[in-house]
Amino acid sequence: MSDPTEDIPSVDYVEGSGIPIRGNDIDTDQIIPARFMKVVTFDGLGEFAFFDLRFDDEDEEKDHPFNEQRFQDSNVMVVNANFGCGSSREHAPQALMRWGIDAIIGESFAEIFAGNCLALGIPTVTADHETINALQQWVDDNPDGDIEVDVRAETVTYGNNEINVSVDRAQREALVEGNWDTTALMKANQNAIQETADSLPYVESAD
Amino acid sequence: MSQGTLYDKVWDRHKVTTLPNGQDQLFVGLHLIHEVTSPQAFGMLQERGLEVARPDLTHATVDHIVPTANQDRPYSDDAAETMMAELEENVRDAGIQFSDPTTGDQGIVHVIGPEQGITQPGKTIVCGDSHTSTHGAFGALAFGIGTSQIRDVLATQTIAMEKQKVRKIQVDGELGEGVEAKDVVLEIIRRLGTEGGVGYVYEYAGEAIENLDMEGRMSICNMSIEGGARAGYVNPDETTYEWLEQTDYFQEHPEKFDELKPYWESIRSDADAEYDDVVHIDANELEPVVTWGTTPGQGVGIHDPIPAPEDLADDKVDTARRAQKHMRVEPGETMEGYDIDVAFLGSCTNARLPDLRRAARIVKGRQVDDDVRAMVVPGSQRVQRQAEEEGLKDVFEEAGFDWRNAGCSMCLGMNEDQLEGDEACASSSNRNFVGRQGSKDGRTVLMNPRMVAAAAITGEVSDVRDLKEVNLA
Repeated sequence: MSDPTEDIPSVDYVEGSGIPIRGNDIDTDQIIPARFMKVVTFDGLGEFAFFDLRFDDEDEEKDHPFNEQRFQDSNVMVVNANFGCGSSREHAPQALMRWGIDAIIGESFAEIFAGNCLALGIPTVTADHETINALQQWVDDNPDGDIEVDVRAETVTYGNNEINVSVDRAQREALVEGNWDTTALMKANQNAIQETADSLPYVESAD
Repeated sequence: MSQGTLYDKVWDRHKVTTLPNGQDQLFVGLHLIHEVTSPQAFGMLQERGLEVARPDLTHATVDHIVPTANQDRPYSDDAAETMMAELEENVRDAGIQFSDPTTGDQGIVHVIGPEQGITQPGKTIVCGDSHTSTHGAFGALAFGIGTSQIRDVLATQTIAMEKQKVRKIQVDGELGEGVEAKDVVLEIIRRLGTEGGVGYVYEYAGEAIENLDMEGRMSICNMSIEGGARAGYVNPDETTYEWLEQTDYFQEHPEKFDELKPYWESIRSDADAEYDDVVHIDANELEPVVTWGTTPGQGVGIHDPIPAPEDLADDKVDTARRAQKHMRVEPGETMEGYDIDVAFLGSCTNARLPDLRRAARIVKGRQVDDDVRAMVVPGSQRVQRQAEEEGLKDVFEEAGFDWRNAGCSMCLGMNEDQLEGDEACASSSNRNFVGRQGSKDGRTVLMNPRMVAAAAITGEVSDVRDLKEVNLA
């Protein structure tokens, strides 16, 4: 029998340069305003990431790290607390991923947002306020500097620093083992699904 | 870990297995879908050659992009028409029941599920919308999911989840005159913070919760996510059962009511259930709450001073400063008297019949302020019809409100209903995020529906208790 998860890559390690996005409670309406969600695919959402924070009414660029030349090749985003709060729109991590983000380091993440990131294979790892502030400052000073996010070991290495970070247990397991795409994994349990359905008093048989 | 709570029991009943990554695979009793977050999931399914596993446990409606003024097809907004057409095709191909506008059953997804009786105690309910927590009012375990998870549910009727902790929020005492469910939940979020509920499911309990009608319970559960909790619920009781008995499903299948009631009773939290945390709130102390900032946690009693950012917890200072700049408010002021340009009475939080009835009693015989544009957007076509039959539409229209068709409308500004420029909006919705209502300079003040009615009349944030209520005929 074929392994249903064999095509899903392991994401135990992300390496690249950083981009700091400062502020607590950055909600999904900030990450991708709703007017850009009038689409039936996620293609092309990258250019709308943080749109209203990046552009004024005349579509002129405002100060924002996503506009800065020095961060254009960055793929590790460093954020503060409660990042991604608000709506369940997967358009938010989709936009960030399509802009080029492969991993996010932050103080804390809203739950649905972190789940959506996991479904895309984007690690969301956490550290305390001081650690994140120091890392954001270092990224500002070293926009080309290399950051290594080791999901398995729960460490982030940059410059001469190695810091401990936390990765939610199931997220770590899923990313490291390459079983973060759960469709095939769950589909394989067909019999157990049917048994559960049959045991529930409110579920009528499908036929 | 919690034990013996409704959450524990419903979780255990729906658990299929534990996945290799440590998450549990849960069976989904009801999957609600709408036009914004589902098309990509159907696309993913197609790419993988998979079919919808349980169309019979899936139900669709259209709410986010649907115009509330002119609903003639094709919609004047091409993008909206495309999304609607895509949903129509997807549900037709899969054989999914669709409460579209021609059925008379269309509405905001979190309004129509309870109306039709498909929202039931002890079900697991998911939808690609964070306000799915609303359905917890019936003792369902209900939460919002992303599009990749919608794909999972469409393909398998199951979802991969980690079990959370349970926090009981005990609201004792009685709500005072003019204080509503909305005020209770705004106060909970103010106290516990917008991320206080991350990792938790909230169980709302206590005398003040038990005394609420189903609509009030829905308003509270609806905003669980604004406090960071992905799900919130109230244990089912006689109030719940009375509602259920009147719904289509149990009118058509009365035998099901007696058949299922023992299950509903069995999943209630035990008297000696163990919780991971318990929070007490005294309902007697509460006042109407309004927001002064740009997160739902930035609330304040109508007569209380707006806090100085430096008096808040360290991690809230920066957000508060930015919020006060955006809203143009100063510490020490109250929100009472804050000028408003728009009054929005709508959304999955507060656009059900009792909400409209209470607001109408404030509006009756009065006129909307000259400088305010005011609109009522009923939560569903059924709410709309009933409100029209009761004469509420006339009350609102005579006062100068615009009476619209059902949809999400100005709660999130995905259709034509949007704030313009830096307009300030008294809103019965759930989010005051910057840009949420369609203009990045727009200013949203969240409040209960009667307070929205009062603000529409006076043109400024007002204490509704200062306005005499009029009895409707």
